[in-house]
Amino acid sequence: MSKKIEQLLRQGAPHVQATGDEAVAAARRVSERAAAEGLADISYAPVDSPFGTLHAATTKRGLVRIAFPEESVESVLEALAQSLSPRIVQAPASLDLLKRELEEYFAGRRHEFGIPLDWSLTGPFGRRVLEMTAAIPYGGHLSYAEVAAEAGSPRGARAAGNALGSNPIPIVIPCHRVLRSGGVLGGYGGGPDRKRWLLELEGALQGSR
Amino acid sequence: MSQKLGAPSVTDPAKLPRSGPRATIARGGLPAFQLFLDAYREDVWRFLVSSVGPEDAKDCFQETFIAALRAYPRLRADSNLKAWVLTIAHRKALDVHRRRATGALPVAEIAEASDGEGSSPTEARDETLWGAVHELPARQRSAILLRYVADLPHRDIATAIGCSEEAARRSLHEGLNKLRKVIA
Repeated sequence: MSKKIEQLLRQGAPHVQATGDEAVAAARRVSERAAAEGLADISYAPVDSPFGTLHAATTKRGLVRIAFPEESVESVLEALAQSLSPRIVQAPASLDLLKRELEEYFAGRRHEFGIPLDWSLTGPFGRRVLEMTAAIPYGGHLSYAEVAAEAGSPRGARAAGNALGSNPIPIVIPCHRVLRSGGVLGGYGGGPDRKRWLLELEGALQGSR
Repeated sequence: MSQKLGAPSVTDPAKLPRSGPRATIARGGLPAFQLFLDAYREDVWRFLVSSVGPEDAKDCFQETFIAALRAYPRLRADSNLKAWVLTIAHRKALDVHRRRATGALPVAEIAEASDGEGSSPTEARDETLWGAVHELPARQRSAILLRYVADLPHRDIATAIGCSEEAARRSLHEGLNKLRKVIA
């Protein structure tokens, strides 16, 4: 008989048995409240794109990370937890502005992003390179050597290439606008096909190959 | 270890037992809070609904995880996260029971099902059992719920209710004995 009681107890009170999704809904309210009240340091959300589902993360300062679909969410979150803060919640509302801007960008209607950025995942040199990159206008492109020179780098194109390769906020910081000399496409964190796709979207590929 | 039950403060993370392999979510540091929340929301929800009923469980759940979020960065990476969050939940539930006892809160919606008439023998048995669970002294009730609803080992139940493992086993045993008398 005692076994029986233990089994009954394990099932939880009758109300527990009757409700499936209430814990999920309650957890969602925790995340939303944590983001809205500033108790979380980082909010993230999935964001639709022509490449598939991206994941974007923002701090109170601004957008800090965009991950391509093939990056596992768990490892992206783990890296953010370790390098910035583990107070990370999923809160789509915090990324509404980015979603709108990306949607307009992918539709060809937006040529510049207005959302604030958080540079804290990038070191001083990388930041100079990425700021130079962010200044390349829509439809334009520079070579790795040019970006390196403009970033005042004695370390040259290779160092600039490394900094661009670890761009934490691709698309919005347009590292796809940096090509190898002679207009050769060069590498891209999200894969060369996506680089070409973005440059074609921007009308930047005519006459260069 | 002198812990004030129901004190608003969160358990000192440094006093928590280290986690077993099951409680580890991420290698290295603390997991992102969202992963922690997703991993334990079900256990905490079931525990709270079973302890204070569905209405008060909603508030307790929010308070539990918001308190956890505030304290989260101070946790050691190898803390037993499940025991920790259920400790907080246990205290939030105790607050509710205490407020009810002093008349500050209505005595809840435990017997909300139709009063016996037309209910099946199974429902009647459930009502009797859970009515009896709610009649238990606070420590016995929590020990029972932490053990069976939240599936915590004895060592972690002791941490949660702030007693020795021996005392936790005793509370569990005494609670079960009382329930056996009701459910023949």
